[in-house]
Amino acid sequence: MSPDRAQLTPVARRTRIPLSALAAASLGLVVLALVLVFYVAPNDANQGFSQRIFYFHVSIAITAYACFGLGAWKAFLHLWKRDPRADLESYVAIHQGVIFGSLVLITGSIWAKISWGHWWLWSEDQLVLFLVLFLFYAAYFMLRFSVDPGPQRENLSAVYALFGVVLIPVSFMAIRLAKQAIHPVVFTRHGPQFGGWILVTYCVAQIAMLVLAYTLYRVELAGKRIDVRLRELREVLA
Amino acid sequence: MSTAEKYVTAAYCAVFAIVLVYVLIIALKLQRLEREVDELAGRAATREEEPEESREAAVVG
Repeated sequence: MSPDRAQLTPVARRTRIPLSALAAASLGLVVLALVLVFYVAPNDANQGFSQRIFYFHVSIAITAYACFGLGAWKAFLHLWKRDPRADLESYVAIHQGVIFGSLVLITGSIWAKISWGHWWLWSEDQLVLFLVLFLFYAAYFMLRFSVDPGPQRENLSAVYALFGVVLIPVSFMAIRLAKQAIHPVVFTRHGPQFGGWILVTYCVAQIAMLVLAYTLYRVELAGKRIDVRLRELREVLA
Repeated sequence: MSTAEKYVTAAYCAVFAIVLVYVLIIALKLQRLEREVDELAGRAATREEEPEESREAAVVG
């Protein structure tokens, strides 16, 4: 195809929520969550003040799972419907997942140091499985950028992203299946093991993290789409 | 400040530092994209100003 006849990628679909509104909501929710964490939520009877890491640590972990899940869903859409936008969306969602995953590992290590006296325990299935999940998705980028851009790269990335999604329930269930574990379990089949302001604070923190992740996802996606369109324009103008 | 308070503060600071670095990287990328748009706009404007006779004849159809 001659460059003049080259088809430019269509402009991204108009989404309902404007980015500025999302950014304002993220900021408001994160500030509200912090106020609740430090000024409203009571100290935990067993862990005391250090339990306050829980609100962001668990919310960020659930958000990381959601990002990996979204990445896998978009990968599935790419393979199934050949949606031209799905590959980039899958890549950005996994990128977000890895960023939030690194935050889970950092906050978790700090919490482990206070509670258990160690930064890391290799004997804990929950920790090791989350690390495996994190490294698996970190390797996604090595695979993606080792292949030239094109359909082969998109298909390989999509298949890899789909394989990784199996690790999410394994990681989530590990602590529940383990017979001996020191990692606390806060969500059981009977629901959350806390109530009152602790539950309210956790819910606000969870919503804040999900909205923040979605905002960052939209910003990064917009940047990536502009990048792709600029590359195509450069080819047309060459 | 107790040890627990120090660790909790460190955890929250780490979260915000990483998010801030990420936003900074995105901002730098957007700046680069802006520069590229300017460059392409300049190139398109030069093309429009180019005199008709200097353009190569092309076979149509």
